[in-house]
Amino acid sequence: MMPRWFRRPGVKLLYFAWVRERIGKPDEEIELPADVQTVGDLMNWLCSRGEEYAHAFDNPKVIRAAIDRAHVKPETTIMGAREIAFFPPMTGG
Amino acid sequence: MPARIHLQREAFDAAREAAKLAAGRADVGAVVTFIGICRGEEAGVPISALTLEHYPGMAEAEIARHVETAETRWSLLGVSVIHRYGRIEPGEPIVLVVTASSHRHDAFAAAEFLMDYLKTRAPFWKRVEHAQGVDWVGAKSSDDAAADRWSKPPGRRQAAE
Repeated sequence: MMPRWFRRPGVKLLYFAWVRERIGKPDEEIELPADVQTVGDLMNWLCSRGEEYAHAFDNPKVIRAAIDRAHVKPETTIMGAREIAFFPPMTGG
Repeated sequence: MPARIHLQREAFDAAREAAKLAAGRADVGAVVTFIGICRGEEAGVPISALTLEHYPGMAEAEIARHVETAETRWSLLGVSVIHRYGRIEPGEPIVLVVTASSHRHDAFAAAEFLMDYLKTRAPFWKRVEHAQGVDWVGAKSSDDAAADRWSKPPGRRQAAE
């Protein structure tokens, strides 16, 4: 555990497709509390920030995430991440 | 030849991309070209257009990772992938995958593998326009199943081929 006084450098969050629409912005820079350690923790913490986040993440099972442009799972640590993205299942091709 | 990966708004010329992979070399015996085209309906509802959103930077990186996997798995002499983004109308091309190899099997298998992974892993999202408004296209479980079959134990797959 990191000490509570530790402040991480800001991380950039990106949102795509209907996650972006529900949150109402494509990206933001935020400072995270030290007890937010995994992608899943981050989703929970974002939900506590407001209705729009709670709406975007109301079914966390369908939300996909990427850290620094590579797919990750909810249990992945966000330690050292510069860019974290949240989006629905992909529908390209 | 290093793989060519392009994301662009504009349409592409599939024949020209295919010709580039075989030009000036005598070892290419097979070129497979796949073109994904925008249909005029989605889930039975007529559409007037679709708009593709993507994650710049990650889309290229993710496609490159799957191209690398394909290159280790099959004997390929060239790969070219073009994926469009922005607004696309029915009948227009969306995605191009071209693979070149000495023998047809490698080119066919690699092209299908790349398309199956592009569908489920490359960060693109389709939104369709229809008479009632706009809707995000939902992911299809049949696409997940198509991608999953490539991760079966290689011993069994090779025995079946």
